[in-house]
Amino acid sequence: MPIEPVAQLLSPFLDLPFRDGYVWSIIYVSLYVSVTAVALSTLFSVPVAVMIGFSEFPGKGVVKSVINTGMGFPSVVVGLLVLFAVSNQGPLGSLELVFTREAMIMSQFVLATPPITAISLAAVSGVDDGVRDAARALGGTRLDAALVVLKEARYGIATAILAGFGRAVSEVGSVLIVGGNITSADGISKTRTLTTAIQLEARQGQYETAMILGAVLVALVLTVNAVVVHFGDGGVNR
Amino acid sequence: MTIHRRKFITALGAGAVASTAGCTQLGGGGDGGSEGGDNQPSVAGETLTLTTTTSTYDTGLLDAIHTDFEEMYGVTVDAVAQGTGAALESARNGDADVVMVHARGLEDEFLRNGYGVNRRDLMFNDFVIVGPESDPAGVQGMDSATDALTAIAEAEAAFVSRGDNSGTHTKELNLWEAAGTEPGGDWYQEIGAGMGEALNNANQQGAYTLSDRGTFISQRSEIDLTILVQGPIEDGPEILANPYGVMAVNPGVHDNANYDLAMAYIGWITSPETQDAISDYQSNGEQLFFPEAVSENPDFQQYVPQGWSSDSSDE
Repeated sequence: MPIEPVAQLLSPFLDLPFRDGYVWSIIYVSLYVSVTAVALSTLFSVPVAVMIGFSEFPGKGVVKSVINTGMGFPSVVVGLLVLFAVSNQGPLGSLELVFTREAMIMSQFVLATPPITAISLAAVSGVDDGVRDAARALGGTRLDAALVVLKEARYGIATAILAGFGRAVSEVGSVLIVGGNITSADGISKTRTLTTAIQLEARQGQYETAMILGAVLVALVLTVNAVVVHFGDGGVNR
Repeated sequence: MTIHRRKFITALGAGAVASTAGCTQLGGGGDGGSEGGDNQPSVAGETLTLTTTTSTYDTGLLDAIHTDFEEMYGVTVDAVAQGTGAALESARNGDADVVMVHARGLEDEFLRNGYGVNRRDLMFNDFVIVGPESDPAGVQGMDSATDALTAIAEAEAAFVSRGDNSGTHTKELNLWEAAGTEPGGDWYQEIGAGMGEALNNANQQGAYTLSDRGTFISQRSEIDLTILVQGPIEDGPEILANPYGVMAVNPGVHDNANYDLAMAYIGWITSPETQDAISDYQSNGEQLFFPEAVSENPDFQQYVPQGWSSDSSDE
């Protein structure tokens, strides 16, 4: 794992007021929760986007509007809804998910799904109809046609995934409510993410450390974007 | 690597809790648990969820003392810092096992409604009225907190209110009520935020605010505000006392509450050793919390809502 040498390299900058392993554990939780949520959301959203994009039905415009509206749904409200669901009093109470990463993944799934679906839908819809017709004309099945369109739309879908990731990793409202911002007594994160850690520092008036963590978050998002764009370009060059 | 191992252990622990959650109810006093080995207490691997106030968590007290409890029982304490109102609400919904808060009125309501059992007085510090050194309302050195608030209101000097249903906010509202003043107007700002943010906000605009002493001390080096009205720790008025209580969630209301571990926690945190550790905890060279659980005298009122007596018609 390359994480150890990187940690040592950056430690003069990152360790300032924090205990050993603290920053890395919150980065880990941030990535674990957001990447899992976005992966699940992608598996759900992209097929839905293809299905909607490929079919004509009454009320399609309404469905699109609903999805687009979902992009602006406040994360705090999503957090409250998920809390009601997973709380001991709620329908999923027996699973004991409140204040766990799983609950955080649930709320980020709800947050990431509208942008991923909407942008994927736009990307799929933007593929020239001729591509799909050609695929069918060459004897392809509906699935073949869908795969061809997905390949054409891959850059747009990568953008959709990045938008969903950006929404998930940067939101603070829902993970704070359903996750509880917990670390163990020795400072290793259980449900504390970069955003809730920033919120905690700000609450304590430690604006400088909050800014340091903010810079870490930006660097993280930048890295993920670079990786995804790299793979997107790799596909184009091939 | 430590991160991964830690996570694995956490996952193991969580899995163990999930898989034994049903058994705990039935097993009561069973054979000592299998997952922890012969020398481990049967609670080993369980998680205790504590909802508490921002002041106990943000001052670093809980992190400093919890390691001892975690090692003693082989368990994990999940401390969720929410503010008194939200901490009690989480417990009311059955999402916590034990609560540590500082608003006796709200605690009593919680007890009366049957959600909490076995309340103990835990520790105290006090509230202080802080403000800019220029002190535009001239409250410095007043020995009445209510007079000071009245003076601030009359001078219409900027005052920052937490506005978040926290213990400190509750105390502040009680003080205004005791002063017979209805705060309002441009000078009175409800910011809906934690104590640290409130102190910073007040610092930025040279406003007054009510703070618990612990949070103020832990932030004092970064802000220009100063204590203008002392609390009872420094011979100020008793009305500014800030007592913390700890209660277990009633397993009769929420049968998934980890009641035995909650009681172990209450026993541990009110023990002479832990009370000493609380007393020894310092920030910026000053003691933040004063233990009050260990006493020669029976203090029956700590177990029941204030003023409750078995002779009264109440209940």
